[in-house]
Amino acid sequence: MLELQNISFVVKQPDGTDKYILKDINLRFEQKKTIVITGPNGGGKSTLAKIIMGIETPTSGKILFNGQDITTCNITERANLGISFAFQQPVRFKGIGVRELLSLAARKKLSTKGACDYLSEVGLCAADYVGREVDTSLSGGEIKRIEIATILARQNTQLAVFDEPEAGIDLWSFQKLIQVFEKLHQEHRALIIISHQERILNIADNIILIANGQVKSIGDRESVIPQLISIAGSCDIYKKGVSN
Amino acid sequence: MKKELTAHDCSLLKDIAGITQTPDGAFNIRLNGSPLSRACSENITITPKKDGKDGIDIYIKSNTKNEKVFIPVIINNSGHNELVYNDFHIGANANVTIVAGCGIDNCGSHDSQHDGIHSFFLGENARVKYIEKHIGIGDGLGNRIMNPTTIVHVGKNAYMEMETTQIRGINSTKRITEAEIVTNGVFIVKEKLMTHGQQYAESAFTVQLNGENSHCHIISRAVAKDKSQQLFIAKLYGNNTCHGHSECDAIIMDDAHIAAIPEIKANNSEANLIHEAAIGKIAGEQLIKLMSLGLTEKEAEQHIINGFLK
Repeated sequence: MLELQNISFVVKQPDGTDKYILKDINLRFEQKKTIVITGPNGGGKSTLAKIIMGIETPTSGKILFNGQDITTCNITERANLGISFAFQQPVRFKGIGVRELLSLAARKKLSTKGACDYLSEVGLCAADYVGREVDTSLSGGEIKRIEIATILARQNTQLAVFDEPEAGIDLWSFQKLIQVFEKLHQEHRALIIISHQERILNIADNIILIANGQVKSIGDRESVIPQLISIAGSCDIYKKGVSN
Repeated sequence: MKKELTAHDCSLLKDIAGITQTPDGAFNIRLNGSPLSRACSENITITPKKDGKDGIDIYIKSNTKNEKVFIPVIINNSGHNELVYNDFHIGANANVTIVAGCGIDNCGSHDSQHDGIHSFFLGENARVKYIEKHIGIGDGLGNRIMNPTTIVHVGKNAYMEMETTQIRGINSTKRITEAEIVTNGVFIVKEKLMTHGQQYAESAFTVQLNGENSHCHIISRAVAKDKSQQLFIAKLYGNNTCHGHSECDAIIMDDAHIAAIPEIKANNSEANLIHEAAIGKIAGEQLIKLMSLGLTEKEAEQHIINGFLK
């Protein structure tokens, strides 16, 4: 479904030298699979997600989606081909309401009930939110869940990319979040989830470990997590958090 | 409605005042400097000014409840230029909505201009919602110029909310709003402005918070496109125990210019005054989010602006 060929992303440093954020990434994502990308902070995971959506342009390499070269396609074109993206830090708008945003995602005017269905799926009491604006009056957790609801509203999604979906989500809502992923999986959509959360790692068909801009490992939970702990080095808290 | 209004005028009337037929109750429709039609109600009287000035006096009886008054103005003669005085005398305990607005349709080569000076005198406990929309249309080379002045006297315990909108077609506008507020009076303004092309818009507020517990809240949202220019001035003077807040929030695009000049002056140690101003481009991440939902960049931009000015 999605193939990344020799993807590199380079930025210029203040001293004029090049820094590789991603170096020669080669990955294949299959249909109907849930892939979790994990790894230490600053390793290049979010940049990779943005390159898939077209938010960042790779310095070199090629991206194929269902066999079509989409390397030069912009965000809109990729969205219309069926790629969806949930932001790590959702955007706020002055004057755009929750229902309007969901309607834009659905590409049709949603009724109150239609909007409520999506909000309920992410654990929001729909009546409290459908009339509100997507602005600073929403808490971090609320806007994060509305962000995920916009992905649910996109009917043409073939591949959904979630950048740290658990950030800001409370424990009660976490189970809802897992249910959202399971539902999307049952609907035969491919998922790429960037996460550090063990419960999300548990639902992955495969886990990709990225560190220092490179793919360090691909495999199941049992094979990848020990390497993740090894990369985490001497940080006991990190080790404890992952192994518990 | 009288036959003098063309279908074009009726459409403009709908845009500025939201009316599609002769309104119920009191109204005054003005076309090219002359009254086209007028009606009074039991509680609301509209009379031509008696001091020689062009304009009308609107008298709203005390205790009038939930009535609307429409006083729209249409100009479709290219080169028409007018200065109009409309005074609103709102009795104690009245609760009314006043819908004004002006549409200039200029298909000619001469400038058309409407200068409207509206004065409001709110009696004790009166509540007024004042709505005005300004729109310019027509493909003539002549300018469409609109200079509204609003002078408000908010009486004891009275409340006035003003919604003022100019979102297209006016080449030049100088909008002046002056208010004085006495004990427990409240004055709220919601202004929406959009300029494009070579247009110029200036909006200047001066509010005297004279009474104890007087309150003022001005929210201005503006979008400047192309090479247009905007100037926003808000002067709040706290002369008693009071609360004043002005907020200018502007999106700047293309080669436009926007200036926001605040002045808050506390003449009483119990005055609480705040000014906020923010000018910036549409946030890139807002465009990216809407594009990730399948909108083109242009569509995303339009949605963001429409929402901002909603």
